[in-house]
Amino acid sequence: MAEQQTKISIENVYKIFGPEPLSVLDRVKGGASKTEILEETGHTIGIRDVSLKIEPGEIFVVMGLSGSGKSTLIRHINRLIEPTDGRILVDGEDVLKLDAEELRHLRRYKMSMVFQRFALLPHKTVIENVMSGLQIRDATRQGLLPHKTVLENIAKVLRFQGASKSDAYDQAQTQVELVGLKGFENQYPSQLSGGMQQRVGLARALATDADVLLMDEAFSALDPLIRNDMQDQLIQIQKELSRTIVFITHDLDEALRIGDHIAILKDGELRQVGTPEEILIAPADDYVSRFVKDVNRGRVVTVGSIASEYPTVEMPTATYSDAVAKLKASVGNTVYVLDKGKPVGAVTTRMTQNGRDLSGTINSHDKLDPVLTVDSETVIEDMLTLAVNSDVPIAVMDGGALVGGVPRQTVMSALVRSEGGPEATGSAA
Amino acid sequence: MAEQFPELINMRQVRISIDESFNWIVEHWGETLEQIFLPVVHLLTAIENFLLWLPWYVVVAIIAGAGFAATRSWKIAVGLGAMTFLLGFFGLWEPGMRTIALMLTATLLAVVIGIPLGIWMSRSDRVEKVTLPVLDIMQTMPIFVYLIPFVMLFGPGKIPALLATIVFAVPPVIRLTNLGIRQVDREVVEAFTAFGSTKRQLLFGVQIPLAMPTIMAGINQTTMMALSMVVIASMIGAGGLGYQVLQGIQRLEISRGLLAGLAIVFLAIIFDRIAQAYGKRMQQHLHLGH
Repeated sequence: MAEQQTKISIENVYKIFGPEPLSVLDRVKGGASKTEILEETGHTIGIRDVSLKIEPGEIFVVMGLSGSGKSTLIRHINRLIEPTDGRILVDGEDVLKLDAEELRHLRRYKMSMVFQRFALLPHKTVIENVMSGLQIRDATRQGLLPHKTVLENIAKVLRFQGASKSDAYDQAQTQVELVGLKGFENQYPSQLSGGMQQRVGLARALATDADVLLMDEAFSALDPLIRNDMQDQLIQIQKELSRTIVFITHDLDEALRIGDHIAILKDGELRQVGTPEEILIAPADDYVSRFVKDVNRGRVVTVGSIASEYPTVEMPTATYSDAVAKLKASVGNTVYVLDKGKPVGAVTTRMTQNGRDLSGTINSHDKLDPVLTVDSETVIEDMLTLAVNSDVPIAVMDGGALVGGVPRQTVMSALVRSEGGPEATGSAA
Repeated sequence: MAEQFPELINMRQVRISIDESFNWIVEHWGETLEQIFLPVVHLLTAIENFLLWLPWYVVVAIIAGAGFAATRSWKIAVGLGAMTFLLGFFGLWEPGMRTIALMLTATLLAVVIGIPLGIWMSRSDRVEKVTLPVLDIMQTMPIFVYLIPFVMLFGPGKIPALLATIVFAVPPVIRLTNLGIRQVDREVVEAFTAFGSTKRQLLFGVQIPLAMPTIMAGINQTTMMALSMVVIASMIGAGGLGYQVLQGIQRLEISRGLLAGLAIVFLAIIFDRIAQAYGKRMQQHLHLGH
């Protein structure tokens, strides 16, 4: 069954905030708008009819701006917030049906969570300052206990699982080393930098050996450089441990960088789900395309996704006239010449126009236009110089086989806009 | 002439019935209540006797030592010891010790009652909604009003003085326990909930430790309120320094009133300094900030 392969399946989930959520559920399902519901009933729609499938071992990013419902959605998965309606299956089991004891078991063994570290405290009041609660808030922003050391903080959640004290500390030590904090075990959170505190949060979440990792804007408050490091580290750790990660962010670059799949939320509604490239190349609607407009595509779009097919001829049997015939029959201006499946050169329209001697069989590639090759997984930023220096479309290879070619213009246009998107139609020269 | 406020019901009758029903309680339950509170009196007497049994220099040393332990400052320790010494120097050692005993007993019991109440309040919005106005009333009601029912129930003496003091002094510790726990950052509570912590583990492992500086501030306020009430409670037989002040008024002896007043100020400074410094150390223990 498909359901059993899927790690987390979110099915038609609704969340309505207000005094009597169930009383307005039918109207929300009937399609009443957010403002309508708010004005007439005083209820706020947090999540509206969201369904997602999250596969084991992937990093699934939920992306949205503030107020999009992304933080609510991730909290539905471990029921820190109860959804109003819908089903959430984890390994095929509906978590909304668990009783308190079963839910605790799920949280202890199956899921762990990394929290956001807030950079600023815009909500501080005079009374909070006076009562010193503020200082406590400062130190506990990433959900760590300020009076416990790094090691104690991690060991504490392992003790919830019933681990003995020495086991808990051993395991905590392993995790501390995994996230690169060796030597800081006995420091208190306030002695660490923001990035290091976040690593402690990550180590704590990894320590419980849960297969599902929920990450709520875990890197959002960090400096860009540290954030990049953390993203790399997460990808690295994920390669070794292969957990299922649900990652919340408001930063599209981050989403594109780490996500295997991305879901875009706006006002509690799902706008698009897809791989980073699908989102960039074929935004589902105006909202998404406005979103992706400013993204650095060069770092995300792979050559494979923009390659198109070109005709080929095989050395040494093919003749030049075979190649020219194929060239005339195709819309492109290039025919690749293969030698044992590998492109060794090309016959191009320019060659025919130059009036070169194009007779006989193609038995050497001396007379051909040279062809550059690139792996289909390469992101276009990494092949820009190749593209600029080649008049012939660059041959795209996948595991030693030719899958297509990319002319320079395609590379350039892929950098600036999405194909078929709203902006693609007018401006091309 | 302005029109007089009309008599809507016979208020005299209402007052009489309130008084009568309370009298009924005094008549039928007075003895039982006295029995119930007997252990409390024993505790008070034990503390009082112990303090009076200790040689005076030991008490001075204990207070100076506690001052040093809390503040790590020789100056403050010596200052607190000197104030204790002055208590005896003024000829007020015995009433001073009786006042300390009453204050400590009242504070101890107020904390034992107040912290659980504060915890309960912090966990239920409904309880908080009901309790807050009650605490407001308790704190604004003129102090003397508390004395009346307790005197009626137990007659003048130490029990009514102690009980009135507890009732008067308990609100801050309840309030600040509630506030302290509610102020514990949502993030850290959420984080431990997300890792499968039970409510009990959350309370004792996260909320109370992080609320401790605020709870300590409440205990400090309770101590100060107990001290101020102890003086007034001398009117109903609490004895101690308050009684000296009372005698000063009755006999119009300014010297007696002044010295007893100073002694009370010394006690306030001693306990406030120790409690505050202890609260600060507790905050440092939480490793807040750099």
